[in-house]
Amino acid sequence: MASTQELQVQKKREIENKEETTIPARIFMPATDIYEAEDALTVILEMPGVEKSNVKIHVEDGALNVEGRLELAKYRGLQPLYTEYNIGHYSRSFRLSSKIDQSKIAAEMKDGVLSLKLPKIEEAKPRTIQVK
Amino acid sequence: MIRAFADPFDALFNLQRALEGRLTSDWLHGQTTSQGPFPPINVFQQGDDILAIIELPGVEKDSLQIEAKENTIRVAGKKAVSYPGGVSVHRQERTSGEFDRTMSLPVQLDPDSIKAEYRDGILALHLPRSEREKPRAIKIS
Repeated sequence: MASTQELQVQKKREIENKEETTIPARIFMPATDIYEAEDALTVILEMPGVEKSNVKIHVEDGALNVEGRLELAKYRGLQPLYTEYNIGHYSRSFRLSSKIDQSKIAAEMKDGVLSLKLPKIEEAKPRTIQVK
Repeated sequence: MIRAFADPFDALFNLQRALEGRLTSDWLHGQTTSQGPFPPINVFQQGDDILAIIELPGVEKDSLQIEAKENTIRVAGKKAVSYPGGVSVHRQERTSGEFDRTMSLPVQLDPDSIKAEYRDGILALHLPRSEREKPRAIKIS
C-alpha cells in the first residue's frame, strides 16, 4: 500500500464574491484541474450531483464562468440523521490567459465531472521561429 | 425536518441549515471508521428506511465495490485522475487514490433488499430496515 495515496476528504470551499448574493443559500466552488496543451486549455471541474442539463458555461471578456445547479427535488421528504458534507449549487470563474475560440468549446459531463476543452485561436498558439 | 419547498431559494437554504444542524450528530456513534474518512457520507431517513448519499465524483461505476452485512455497509473503490502527456498543469485540486470505508448503522438492515444507485457522481444507497425492526402498532386486547 506504500504506493497508493490515501484519499482525504476535501472540505468544500465556498465561493468568495465581491458582491453578495441576494439569496442566503451558500454556493460552493468545484474542485478544479486545469492543464494547457499547445492547442487548447482543458478545465475539469468536480460537481457531484449536477445533471448535464443544469450546467451553464459562459466565456466573456476573457473570463470563463461555470455554474452547476443542484436538483433539490431529490432531497424532498428526506430527514437528515447524520451528515458530513453540505450541498449546494456550484459556481466558479477563471480569467483566461490565452485567447479562446469560443465557437469550438467542447464540454462533456461524466460521473459528476465536467470536462471543458477550450481551443486557442490560431494567433495564440505557440510558433516556432526559424532563424535565417 | 425539511419542509416548505415552495420557494426554491428558501428550500436550498433550509436544506443547507438542516444538513449543518446534523454535522455534530452522534447518530453513528463514531462507528464509521475504516481506512480514512473518504468518501463523505450523508445519512437520511426516508419513511421507515435509511438513505445514505455519498459524493464520489469521477469514480467509475465498475470500480465501486459495495458490501453489506447485517447492519454494516462497506464502500470501496478507486478514484483516478489522469493527465495526457506533454501538457503543463496549471491547477491540481482534484484528489485521487483508493478508498475503503465501512459504517455500522444503529439499526438492523435487510441486506437482501439494499439498492445502490450511482448517477452524476453521487452514490445513493437505499437501506431498508429489516421487517423485525419496523415499528408495529399494538392493539390492546
